[in-house]
Amino acid sequence: MIALIDYGAGNLTSVRKALTHLGASFDTPAEPGDLARAEAVIVPGVGNFEATAALDTAWRTAIGGAIARGRPLLGICLGLQWLFDGSQEAPDQPGLGALPGRCTLIENAAADDANHGGGIFKVPHVGWNGLHGRRASWLLEGVGEGDQVYFTHSYAAPVTADCVGSTTYGVEFASVVERGHVVGAQFHPEKSGHVGLRILQNFLNRV
Amino acid sequence: MLSKRIIACLDVRDGAVVKGVNFEGLRQAGDPAALARRYNEEGIDEIVVLDVTATIEKRKALADTIGAVAKEIFLPLCVGGGIKDESHADAAIEAGADKVSLNTAALARPELLTTLARRYGSQAVIVAIDAKRSNGGFQIYVRSGRQPTDRDAVEWAREAADRGAGEILLTSIDRDGTKRGFDCELTAAVSEAVPIPVIASGGAGSFDHFVDVFEAGKAHAALAASIFHYAEHAVRDLKRHLRDHGVPVRL
Repeated sequence: MIALIDYGAGNLTSVRKALTHLGASFDTPAEPGDLARAEAVIVPGVGNFEATAALDTAWRTAIGGAIARGRPLLGICLGLQWLFDGSQEAPDQPGLGALPGRCTLIENAAADDANHGGGIFKVPHVGWNGLHGRRASWLLEGVGEGDQVYFTHSYAAPVTADCVGSTTYGVEFASVVERGHVVGAQFHPEKSGHVGLRILQNFLNRV
Repeated sequence: MLSKRIIACLDVRDGAVVKGVNFEGLRQAGDPAALARRYNEEGIDEIVVLDVTATIEKRKALADTIGAVAKEIFLPLCVGGGIKDESHADAAIEAGADKVSLNTAALARPELLTTLARRYGSQAVIVAIDAKRSNGGFQIYVRSGRQPTDRDAVEWAREAADRGAGEILLTSIDRDGTKRGFDCELTAAVSEAVPIPVIASGGAGSFDHFVDVFEAGKAHAALAASIFHYAEHAVRDLKRHLRDHGVPVRL
């Protein structure tokens, strides 16, 4: 059983639908203690980093415990950002700290081509953008260089040693992170067509 | 590089897809779930389900239709038409929508945008603007394009973004259903005024119209209905055309 964490940050309908489509069995734990039985953990979420405050000490301990037991963990969008130390979006709210680094706002940088309306890279970064592989990754197995996935976010994680896939939108940021069995996707695999489903399947294969 | 999005609009009435010319004389075009499946296979980037008669008939978009479409696709899905309050937005999102589009209700009660943006995030809140050229400006119409207002599209788009909207869905009433091309001046005027993405709508009749709206119109996405519905052009052919003209797309 996969524990799909619902901490009130956005709607989980589409994640549930994609997992169901792939034949996964999952549950939404009502309390942190339920994670003791989980074979894997998915932390989804959209919206403000402040929302991760709902993942209090008890949840953090339980999720940290699952990681320590070797359970695969997938953070999606805000869930990826939460894996890091924190975010500029809510500086006083600590992240899980499983990966070093802090998330920052994608700056409205000057565009070098006319294809971006208004002459700037608008924020939020919304739409389909390419993945650039930075090193071997089990999560990205079968995903090609430049394959596109669907993003919608304003803050992003830095490119560090844990970054296996990056995306460039004015600046290069970590779109896929992987440290052993702890992984994250800044985009929405559940909204990214067949490429996204492949990535979710890769995660399920590890469970 | 961020791709320009191609969005298919399913104008739905009573569970079936219809498409009007200048919002009148709606024609039958098919089953929403079947069309969504076809578009998904053809490589569409996003789908909008618009309950076109919802405002007039005081109905909210049907959860059944949303659910049926959401089951077919693993792509972003936006639902609009008749979303008047938080409960309508909740119902659409619960049924499987990722985003809701507000038009008349947002103008009447702009604070609704902030409420929904706090609840679901700005990325889930789209403001739909139906505009018509008037005295050198772009006048907003509401109630499915039937009732003029005293609001200007550029000014309202700016306010909507300030209040928490994550994208603007901008329809030219003058061009809608005419196949004469998007109103690039309208689109560029709004795109240059707001810090959020603008989806151009109304008037798509040829592949070159899409090239124009991405270049001259500075649009981030383009939405069309009839050009796709009747299999006049495949989505993939359109994207190849765009790519060959230097427009970044997902192929």
